[in-house]
Amino acid sequence: MSGTNAGVVVVGGGQAGFSVVQALRGAGYEGPVTVFADEPRLPYQRPPLSKKAHTEPEGPGVDLVPESFYRERDIELRLGEYVAALDTAACAVTTGSGERVPYEHLVLATGARNRPLPVPGAELAGVHALRSLDDALAIGRALTTARDVVVVGGGFIGLELAQVAQAGGARVTVVELADRLLSRAVSPQLEEHLRERHERDGVRILTGTAVERIEGTGGQVHRVATSQGPLPADLVLYGVGAVPRDELAREAGLAVDDGVIVDEQLRSVSDPRVFAVGDCARYPHPHADGLIRLESVQNAIDQGALIGRRIAGGAAGPYESLPWFWSDQGPVKLQIAGLRATTDEVRVVPGDTPERLATYAFRDERLVAVETLNWPAEHLAARRLLQQDPPVSPADLAGSTLGALARARRTKEVRA
Amino acid sequence: MPIVIFELPDGTQRKVTADSGTVLMQAAVSNGVDGIVAECGGNASCATCHVYVDERHGEQVGPPNDVEDEMLDFTAAERRPTSRLSCQVQVSDALDGLVVHIPEEQV
Ligand SMILES: Cc1cc2nc3c(=O)[nH]c(=O)nc-3n(C[C@H](O)[C@H](O)[C@H](O)COP(=O)(O)OP(=O)(O)OC[C@H]3O[C@@H](n4cnc5c(N)ncnc54)[C@H](O)[C@@H]3O)c2cc1C
Ligand code: FES
Repeated sequence: MSGTNAGVVVVGGGQAGFSVVQALRGAGYEGPVTVFADEPRLPYQRPPLSKKAHTEPEGPGVDLVPESFYRERDIELRLGEYVAALDTAACAVTTGSGERVPYEHLVLATGARNRPLPVPGAELAGVHALRSLDDALAIGRALTTARDVVVVGGGFIGLELAQVAQAGGARVTVVELADRLLSRAVSPQLEEHLRERHERDGVRILTGTAVERIEGTGGQVHRVATSQGPLPADLVLYGVGAVPRDELAREAGLAVDDGVIVDEQLRSVSDPRVFAVGDCARYPHPHADGLIRLESVQNAIDQGALIGRRIAGGAAGPYESLPWFWSDQGPVKLQIAGLRATTDEVRVVPGDTPERLATYAFRDERLVAVETLNWPAEHLAARRLLQQDPPVSPADLAGSTLGALARARRTKEVRA
Repeated sequence: MPIVIFELPDGTQRKVTADSGTVLMQAAVSNGVDGIVAECGGNASCATCHVYVDERHGEQVGPPNDVEDEMLDFTAAERRPTSRLSCQVQVSDALDGLVVHIPEEQV
């Protein structure tokens, strides 16, 4: 059943799903719009969850928009409802309670779930991962009494949480298996500076260290056994990566490989009526060597907005937004523009104050990615320049910052 | 509670009630005013919440802070003397009747 008034069904009420429906109505789409969101609360932002301690039972005001937004735009928001199956031949989804809902266009915006911690003791009380607002509230409450906190995983969420715990007065140790922090996400040059700053703030960091088991007394965590010896712990927070929630697509027979595989239009390569956006989508990007899957707000918003406009009839063309990311780790604001997967030269550029730093990564004599610490203006300049032609060469930046170069190019444009 | 008027590039106006103690960006986003993207959620990280404060209200609103000032050089739409990042503008009763203009582009 695929009548034209079956409208758009979005599975997932997170950042990407919200962006889809906002753009649909913003671009004048008039058909029915339904969002299935299995969490029983209004769609909210995740980044604030790991950047401060949340303790208020009603939630810390992270909703994307109030309920009236959906009502005024005639968006049917089905909170607390799970989509259990997808029938692409019939163009319908089936909810957890067995209801069948037809669609003309389907958007999968199911996000990701945390990778479980594969060690004995991970189920003890006092061991937490963070993905949802409920998780954040549980961690916030635990932090009010915690004294010894062990953070397993030196990734973005781990480091953000380490700073939150540290600021709350706990003794914090980060345990990371790789020999450096954020090993896939940032350059070794930046990592060195970042690590130094965390250590200066009193966060203890053990890299090249494996967590072997978590030990408890009376069901409550009290110690973490690591390859470097035991660490006392009354709270263990772990962030060891996320996996895309692509099971609906897989069970429906769509192509899936660590994410729903889509083309440059963000359409499933197996079915043109199905789109996938945000954390759950694996897609081609003009700056990437193969298919990529990104877990970032920018990616979720831009992909969602493109699909919303496309379904409404407005947008054509491939998805090619420049990727960018930020992470606030206590007093450190880290930002990344571009994709730094393979680069052949990384230049470290001191900022105009001691807290600031940038790295410029080049590949084949062109700038491809820029990392900054506490330097948002340089980050924004990078975003401008990475989208301009001609590309920025190492010579363009001899003795100059991106900020200075972007200002100079802009003045030239205005004069021309 | 102060009323703030957002004027879109095509001249249409959206009148919204803003809560004192929050920021201007929040008033726009919670009321679904188009043209303020606010990707970073108000963290002074993205410059996608750029606005032009109406000349009549420039003094009440005041100048940008240091980090904001630097960031304003790199907004998608041109910077003007009245440019602000709306997530850095605190709403107060004194701003009742404020008019802000939304630029053509944010990203
Ligand atoms: C703690 C934390 C901090 C972060 N900090 C940053 C940051 O600083 N900067 C940054 O750029 N990014 C950050 N991120 C990443 C960013 O939040 C995600 O990339 C973004 O939320 C992805 O949006 P999404 O809509 O794809 O997925 P989500 O926001 O995860 O939303 C997916 C939603 O779909 C629901 N769902 C899944 N399956 C179904 C189903 N079958 N039926 C109904 N509903 C379903 C899920 O329950 C979920 O609510 C952070 C993430 C976390 C967890
Ligand atoms: S919302 Fe990102 S800078 Fe204002």
